[in-house]
Amino acid sequence: MKNYFQILLIFTTSIILSQTSKNEKTSFGVSGNCEMCKMRIEKAAISVKGVKYANWNIPENILTLVYNSKKVSLSEIHTSIADSGHDTSEATAPTEVYNQLPICCLYIRKQKNKAPLNNEAL
Amino acid sequence: MKFNYLLYGSLIFLNNLFSQEIIEGKVVYKDDLETLALEGANIFWLSTSDGTISDSSGDFRIKKSNKTNLLIISFLGFYTDTLKIDSNEKFVHFMKEDLSNNLDEVSLSERKKSAKLSFTKIQNTILVDASELLKAACCNLSESFETNPSIDVNFSDALTGTKQINMLGLKSPYILISEENIPMVRGASQAYGLTFTPGTWVESIQISKGTGSVVNGFESIAGQINTELKKPFTDNPFFINLYGSRNGRIEFNTHFNKKISEKWSTGLFIHLNQRNQKIDNNSDSFLDAPLSKQINLLNRFQYIDPSNGWVVFYNWRFLNDTKQVGQVLFDPDLDKNSSTIWGSEITTKRFDTAFKVGYVFPEFPYKSFGFQAAYSTHDQKSYYGLRNYDIIHDSFYGNILFNSILNNTTNKFKSGINFSHDKYFENIDLISFSRTDSNLGAFFEWSHDDLEKLSWTAGLRIDFNNNIGTFLTPRFHLRYAIGPSSILRLSSGSGRKAANIFAENQSILGSNRRIYIENGKNPFYGLLAEKAWNYGISLSHKFKFINKNSNLIFDYYTTEFVNQVIVDVETQGRVYFYNLDGQSSSKSLQFTFNMDITSQLQLSSAYKNDIVSIDYKSGRKQKQLVPKNRMFLNLSWNSIKKRNNQQWKYDLTIHNIGAQRLVENNITPNVFKSPSYSIVNMQLTRVFSSFSEVYFGIENFSNFTQQSPIISSEQPFNINFDSSQVWAPVLGRMIYGGFRYKI
Repeated sequence: MKNYFQILLIFTTSIILSQTSKNEKTSFGVSGNCEMCKMRIEKAAISVKGVKYANWNIPENILTLVYNSKKVSLSEIHTSIADSGHDTSEATAPTEVYNQLPICCLYIRKQKNKAPLNNEAL
Repeated sequence: MKFNYLLYGSLIFLNNLFSQEIIEGKVVYKDDLETLALEGANIFWLSTSDGTISDSSGDFRIKKSNKTNLLIISFLGFYTDTLKIDSNEKFVHFMKEDLSNNLDEVSLSERKKSAKLSFTKIQNTILVDASELLKAACCNLSESFETNPSIDVNFSDALTGTKQINMLGLKSPYILISEENIPMVRGASQAYGLTFTPGTWVESIQISKGTGSVVNGFESIAGQINTELKKPFTDNPFFINLYGSRNGRIEFNTHFNKKISEKWSTGLFIHLNQRNQKIDNNSDSFLDAPLSKQINLLNRFQYIDPSNGWVVFYNWRFLNDTKQVGQVLFDPDLDKNSSTIWGSEITTKRFDTAFKVGYVFPEFPYKSFGFQAAYSTHDQKSYYGLRNYDIIHDSFYGNILFNSILNNTTNKFKSGINFSHDKYFENIDLISFSRTDSNLGAFFEWSHDDLEKLSWTAGLRIDFNNNIGTFLTPRFHLRYAIGPSSILRLSSGSGRKAANIFAENQSILGSNRRIYIENGKNPFYGLLAEKAWNYGISLSHKFKFINKNSNLIFDYYTTEFVNQVIVDVETQGRVYFYNLDGQSSSKSLQFTFNMDITSQLQLSSAYKNDIVSIDYKSGRKQKQLVPKNRMFLNLSWNSIKKRNNQQWKYDLTIHNIGAQRLVENNITPNVFKSPSYSIVNMQLTRVFSSFSEVYFGIENFSNFTQQSPIISSEQPFNINFDSSQVWAPVLGRMIYGGFRYKI
């Protein structure tokens, strides 16, 4: 039984040691509102191969990423998130996809397609 | 993805071709972090009567006007907007709330629920935050579950009035109760340990049903309860609470928190309580509630360095608790060891200290490690009539934990080692017992999350125990989102536990039953360690019921014992402890229905069915004093917060407790079941500001009591004397009040 214990220890330490690779940490703005947005944004980021970690902060709308820069470029990650319906600091989501988001996730877009006119100007 | 664009593109094209004249849009507004549809907004072309209103999802369709391209959208309480429409593309329009003439008391936000079933966690976990704890006057941890249907609060005995908690029909020794992830209520503190954590110290409680995580040990069988205490870094600098009840219980709590430097904070928490009023409302010559005194101190130090990722905690804690119970006339100075007046004193001194270090790699937030070490010494001296009971329990616990990921955060793992060393010395009358439990365990837990529907946690631990031997503990939890509002959870796993027959069954000492322990060569005073498998299924569904947010939860858990130490009190005048020979199981079913009746009034209700069957030497029976059926109803109301946070809060809780099997006794010789009854509790809180509030409450409003809770109370030195067969409150209606003030 002591052998099992040793195997377990070796297994654990080998995993710990294997964790040190060329990983980079970055963060950028991604528009969104709620918990559902959080799940969608993080999923869009993590499903890109080479992304290790993605955490989107709801109140600040900031996505923190850890990714392997040898396997993936940052622009690919931006595109993947924008394709899920969320504008990022570098990429814009297609309007059709944005329109399909559940109501709670409709965030106020930076470049509004329909800006309200000032009533006094009429 | 490309195909999708093509599809969208062609749809838009077709749309443009056939409906040139229709403009489509959606009217929404932003409420804090959420966007909500605005139903009934007026949409019309400027200076025309051509208009429409938005539907329940905010959508509208309007024919294009040949007179103007200026579209007006208006809604009461929002700024009216004028939009210039120059394309046929569908658009989303955000309305801005006009707060200038808004009434103070109109709020569209839903209130935060204080106790909620976690929708995202893999395990069936209920989170209880501090505001739930304020719903009842919960003076200590044992009383903080009264408004929670998953945990049943029972009475352990008619002398001390100690509340005993049950989960899945099983007593608290089968629940792993930890404080900030360090096992706490175990061993010697099993009987009264929950009363040693004052309610005001508690920041939140996490309750998980079924075998929990392998990280915290092999002990949990029915569930895990973890309490987080208030942290000096985030808690208010000063807090004071005073509580008093009609039956003479007085409690005092004060907290001081201070930042020593940018990174160091310290907190001092003081709790005192006492009861010095003798009450005997049922005239059985015995006190209905103990005379008691408790001093409880906690001093904690917290270090946080967010830029470097270090967190350190150091706590020390001291407790002195005394209780005097028994006959009203009993005077400990004169009548101790008397064989005419029955009395009892229980004195507990306890010292705890714990040290924790956590480190999160700043560059890799998914990677962290933690180290915990805790030491406690528990010294209880007591006598129950002519029976003496002393226990000293010294305990050391250590834990090293490493968290990281496999490839990416969809696969996480926790791995580590824990070590525990427990030394027990017990004296019961003139017989001494002692035992050392030493355990080294290693664990690995893998969590997978597909970020959409499926997530699971698989854990395995191996333990090397001086008394139990080497064994594996596997545990598995799964969560599957059937749809956007339905969740299925499954859990399975095993758990084990050393049987501390005296410490766990101290209520038996308040009887004159003769003690018989099965003769054997097994490590736990002749008995084996307990082992059980637990399997559970839980379904939760969120829906609109008569247009109100509601949810329905169905839980079914079954626990099958491989070995159990049975406490057999079926025969009057005797208690037998023996290993299970046959089958023993607990099957627990629970339906919970919650509904937001209005934004200020919430309903929570539950029905429970617990079939706890044990193969006694005398045959298979439902465990005594475990009701098969229970119902629970809680109504929680609050007024709308005014300026300065002024608010009223009201809580009403009703428990219906079904019939319980009674053991042979001479009070009710031909009655084998207790009647079913209901307990009503209520509390009114007036919040004056974010600093101060007062509360008043009534416990056991319907004034239901068990008339003669002590068997043979008129002959307390007779062998049939027994105070442990309690099925209803001993104390009747009780009025209490208190205030809280913080800076």
